[in-house]
Amino acid sequence: MSSDLFLVSNALIAIPAVAAIAVALVPEYRRSAVINVCASGATFLFSLILLIVEPESGGYLFVDDLNIVFVVLSTFIGFTTSVYSASYIDHEIETGRLTSTNVRFYHAMYQSLMCAMNLALLASNIGLMWVAVEVATLTTVLMVGIYRTPHALEAAWKYFILGSVGIALALFGTILVYMAAEPVLGQGYDAMVWKTLMSQAPQFNPRMLNVAFVFLMLGYGTKVGLAPMHAWLPDAHAEGPTPISAVLSGLLLNVALYAVLRFKMLLTANAAAITPGPLMIALGLASLIMAAFMLYRRTDIKRLFAYSSIEHMGIIAFAFGMGGPLANFAGLLHMTMHSLTKSAIFFSVGHIAQAKGTQKIADIRGLTQSQPALGWSLVAGVVAIIGLPPLGIFMSEFLVVSSTFARQPLLAVPLVFGLLLAFGALLLRLTGMAFGAPSPDVGEVKASMLPLYAHLSLVLIAGLYLPAHVVTWFQNVARLLG
Amino acid sequence: MELLTIDIAHVLAGALLLTSFMLLYQDRLSGLINIYTLHAVILSLSVAWQAHYQDAPHLYLTAAIAAIFKALIIPFSLRRIIERLRIHRTVEVIGGVGITMLIGIFLVALSLVVMLPATASADPLAREDIAFALAIVLLGLLMMVTRRNAVSQIIGFMSLENGLVLAAAGANGMPLVVEISVAFSILIAFIVIGIFLFRIRERFDNVDLFELDRVRGGRS
Repeated sequence: MSSDLFLVSNALIAIPAVAAIAVALVPEYRRSAVINVCASGATFLFSLILLIVEPESGGYLFVDDLNIVFVVLSTFIGFTTSVYSASYIDHEIETGRLTSTNVRFYHAMYQSLMCAMNLALLASNIGLMWVAVEVATLTTVLMVGIYRTPHALEAAWKYFILGSVGIALALFGTILVYMAAEPVLGQGYDAMVWKTLMSQAPQFNPRMLNVAFVFLMLGYGTKVGLAPMHAWLPDAHAEGPTPISAVLSGLLLNVALYAVLRFKMLLTANAAAITPGPLMIALGLASLIMAAFMLYRRTDIKRLFAYSSIEHMGIIAFAFGMGGPLANFAGLLHMTMHSLTKSAIFFSVGHIAQAKGTQKIADIRGLTQSQPALGWSLVAGVVAIIGLPPLGIFMSEFLVVSSTFARQPLLAVPLVFGLLLAFGALLLRLTGMAFGAPSPDVGEVKASMLPLYAHLSLVLIAGLYLPAHVVTWFQNVARLLG
Repeated sequence: MELLTIDIAHVLAGALLLTSFMLLYQDRLSGLINIYTLHAVILSLSVAWQAHYQDAPHLYLTAAIAAIFKALIIPFSLRRIIERLRIHRTVEVIGGVGITMLIGIFLVALSLVVMLPATASADPLAREDIAFALAIVLLGLLMMVTRRNAVSQIIGFMSLENGLVLAAAGANGMPLVVEISVAFSILIAFIVIGIFLFRIRERFDNVDLFELDRVRGGRS
């Protein structure tokens, strides 16, 4: 049994790795797009096997209930985004914004990113996880700068420098965790492996763990996009190709969050260490309120939704910081719903920007008339993201708010304040873009609506009815998170 | 004998910290590159000494990477880059050297106050090395914040990274140190190639990485 599983989890790393080399060798961009879609689809199918086979782990990989949630979610969005990306890239080549060499490079980086993210999620030790997060950062930096315009290069540079500082701090925290574990577990790999770390955590030096967590939280928190380390995020989302904005918001932020959660579990297991919750709550609320205010002054459509991602990552960090079965459940659900919804929004935004030839909100008007399919899906996406019933985000936000009210009513006040602020801002921008007299189109777009509809219908279904075994599964994970 | 070994390790780590202070106030790019070379040489010696002390042969590899890559290849290519970009004679205006140095001293004190009690139970060598390493990391961050020029920010980042390698080498028997230093070298190579390919010079001169609002200006 365990050998089967070992094969499966290895396949999750190997398929993207092989595909990355394959697309780098294929000169024709349409064919490389097909390979990209097939490889992402195959990775997704393999991740589904993890749901059926009893998780067991070995070697440098490690599978438990927590990372299965992340792996399935990220391979699914990786797959749908690759489908979307094929039609997006077609248009970019026709309009001459990208050359076929660019696209070859882009596809190779896309698969490398998938490989690095799966490795980060499945890695059995904290050092390997760090290396994988670093590789994931590098590949996205290269993709953000792919248009080679001054703004794109500047965004990539900013992302690069801030991301590097973030992972440098995370490495310092990782070294400190090793040093805290080494007197108990002895020298060598044992003091870096999650399994042994978790089982022996109560005996670690608590003061060392405290210092380590501060560095890990700031380091990986930079990659989650929490305020005040969020500065790279809006630029990286706005200047890169839109499929990458979708992947950044839908996946990469989650991977960094996963790292934070793992270390949070480690600290929770040690009774003498600080409780990591308050730090996460503070950073989460700061991100939520800062982003909600920033939403009002945005003039660029992709920046608008990038700030909305900061806002939602704030809510998620807040929920996990609260802890407890209910808040953790809400946090997991919110993370899933946000990933699905936000990538769906970016799918429609990408085609809208192509059709209108601009990303300026002021120049995008009357979408529901000029591009009914795209316009209405944008409306649906925004309605979902601001948390209107009956969609999934309403339910998860409701759970976050109600569990906060039950335990810390005072914290619920800034939370609800931030949610309402963001609600107003996005609704205000949406009415301008979606309704009224339409602005002229610059070109025809052959939009692929399938990934968009798939995401939105999943969000709708989750809002109306969550299947019982999804609920029990999430409850298990929530219990695991403590 | 044991004491002498520890003293030598501390002298090397202390020298690395002093060199970090020298980086803070150096305003000429070519001078900055020279000091960085010194930084890398001291790091390499320090890691080699750890390899000897811990009897860990793989650390010699990390020391060799530091010596060859960081003390030879990187300074050489940076020097060529600043000549090609015609900024090798640039004298950077650094605001308030006195205050920066004071903040630096404060950061060193902070890292001692934070790390020494936290690591009370650890090996005496590892214990003070990690405090020095944290101070070097914080000084690297300080340098990145106070500089405007892309090349000096990179040197700040590389000095920060040297602090991390010192910490990783100091942690007794930590696995993956070689892999991590290779991963970092790749990162740095990318940064240096990036500066060169995209001629990042004035464009980011007025970019304060932590206060982005000014640049964002019209396209918020």
